[in-house]
Amino acid sequence: MALNRTDVEKIAHLARLQIDENDVPEYAKNLSNILDLISQMQDIDTSDVEPLAHPLDAVQRLRADIITEQNQREHLQQAAPAVENGLFLVPKVIE
Amino acid sequence: MLNKTLAGLAKGLQQGEFSSVELAQAYLQRIKNEDSKYNSFITVTEELALQQAAAADASRAAGNASIMTGLPIAHKDIFCTQGVRTSAGSKMLDNFISPYDATVIRKFNAAGSVTLGKTNMDEFAMGSSNESSFYGPSRNPWNTQHVPGGSSGGSAAAIAAGLAPAATGTDTGGSIRQPAAFCNLTGLKPTYGRVSRYGMIAYASSLDQGGPMAQTAEDAAMMLNVMAGMDPLDSTSVERAVPDYTANLDAPLAGLKIGLPKEFFSASLNPEIAALVRAAVTEYEALGATVKEVSLPNTALSVPAYYIVAPAEASSNLSRFDGVRYGYRCEDPTDLEDMYKRTRGEGFGTEVKRRIMVGTYALSEGFYDAYYKKAQQIRRLIQQDFVRVLSEVDVIMGPTTPTPAFKLGEKTSDPVEMYMEDIFTLSLNLAGLPGMSIPCGMSNGLPVGLQIIGNYFAEEKLLNVAHKFQQATDWHTLKPAGL
Repeated sequence: MALNRTDVEKIAHLARLQIDENDVPEYAKNLSNILDLISQMQDIDTSDVEPLAHPLDAVQRLRADIITEQNQREHLQQAAPAVENGLFLVPKVIE
Repeated sequence: MLNKTLAGLAKGLQQGEFSSVELAQAYLQRIKNEDSKYNSFITVTEELALQQAAAADASRAAGNASIMTGLPIAHKDIFCTQGVRTSAGSKMLDNFISPYDATVIRKFNAAGSVTLGKTNMDEFAMGSSNESSFYGPSRNPWNTQHVPGGSSGGSAAAIAAGLAPAATGTDTGGSIRQPAAFCNLTGLKPTYGRVSRYGMIAYASSLDQGGPMAQTAEDAAMMLNVMAGMDPLDSTSVERAVPDYTANLDAPLAGLKIGLPKEFFSASLNPEIAALVRAAVTEYEALGATVKEVSLPNTALSVPAYYIVAPAEASSNLSRFDGVRYGYRCEDPTDLEDMYKRTRGEGFGTEVKRRIMVGTYALSEGFYDAYYKKAQQIRRLIQQDFVRVLSEVDVIMGPTTPTPAFKLGEKTSDPVEMYMEDIFTLSLNLAGLPGMSIPCGMSNGLPVGLQIIGNYFAEEKLLNVAHKFQQATDWHTLKPAGL
């Protein structure tokens, strides 16, 4: 499975990753090698095999519907790059 | 007082040979003097350590000490630690001061242990050599030209260099066991769900599991006593009683049934490692165990299955790093998309970007069945192999790694070659089973690890099996020259 420049640029866009143009060939090569490694799976017939999502096939626990969290907005927003009046600031989204 | 095991230090504290503050000071001084050679710590928490040590001494004086009170521990920098930078080895979180404690940290604090600092690691735990860390690679104290393994490489290097008596690690595909093998340590990856993942920065949520890294099985048992247990804050942690893991360490091994999977002794295995592992198994026979060959036919498929499941989950987990709520944000973004792309492009290192892209590709429209679902089906086959074998034997043994610690830079140019390093460890994470690595000999001056695999929640048995070996042999007591 060989990925070309367009493939890498498309995947990087989907993942919202800026990749330096000069690095694209190296990513294409390494990602293609990784996909070759992964393609070994396709030789195995798994048509009757149930996918395993959790090793112990556990299900989600339920809990009582009561409030357990306290409002820690100011405390948690100390780690934010930019806040104002309790809101996270980002570049303008709507023109 | 340094160079003792955790159990030895606990005794020294109990008998008043030294105080917790003296102990913490001695370790902090040694870190200051020696860590430039190993780069095993990202952050040393001197002030916190001395505060906790003073509190431990006070609680001992008041008659409230437990076995862990005043014992210094280093924590992998993947466990969120309130008021302390928690970087996950990434530029993305270089400025992140955690506003809360991971459950594992909270439990060690509650037990009275002393946090020496946060250890170096592969970025977001993605690596087998510690070379993907934003803070530069940690080095193997047995030979500083060699890697300590990864991703918990800083934890391993710190213990091997005598800069911490024990440390926490996390294991998604071998990240506790492989560095333990490379640095002559005892490392335990518990059953998936045994230890809370709350506050443990996520890489691949269905595989990640925290565990102890220590000098002996006894020390690992002491630590697991603190770490294990159900946590309402982690919905995948398992509701199941936690035994005292130190209680049955000395149980006799007569009648223990050991399985040796023939696939673990394949052509890719270094012949010296094969010989040392077989010699360790002979030692177990002398302790009363019986041995038979078993087969785990889907072992080779664990590498491709892992490199779908882990990157797919990583691409989802790491989408939270967007420059909005915490962590790195690029300079002067022109619009929202520019901010996302440059923040992530600049904040993540190459290996992390590679795995995010593999995962994004595998989860993109039209590929789900061919990749993620297929990998989950292969996971089932791998699990069924283990379940079948573990109905016939008590434990499975084999090598932890195909080679001893490799040189820095030796495998960085080819990610696939690096991925093959984890061929013997990945399958356990895919199946969710517990496993250990313990020292079993030396090859050209570098340590070799024996891997011991048990059934679900068989940590107590694994620790017993490891401890009895350590009573009969002294590989685990070997230290790097000059230490």
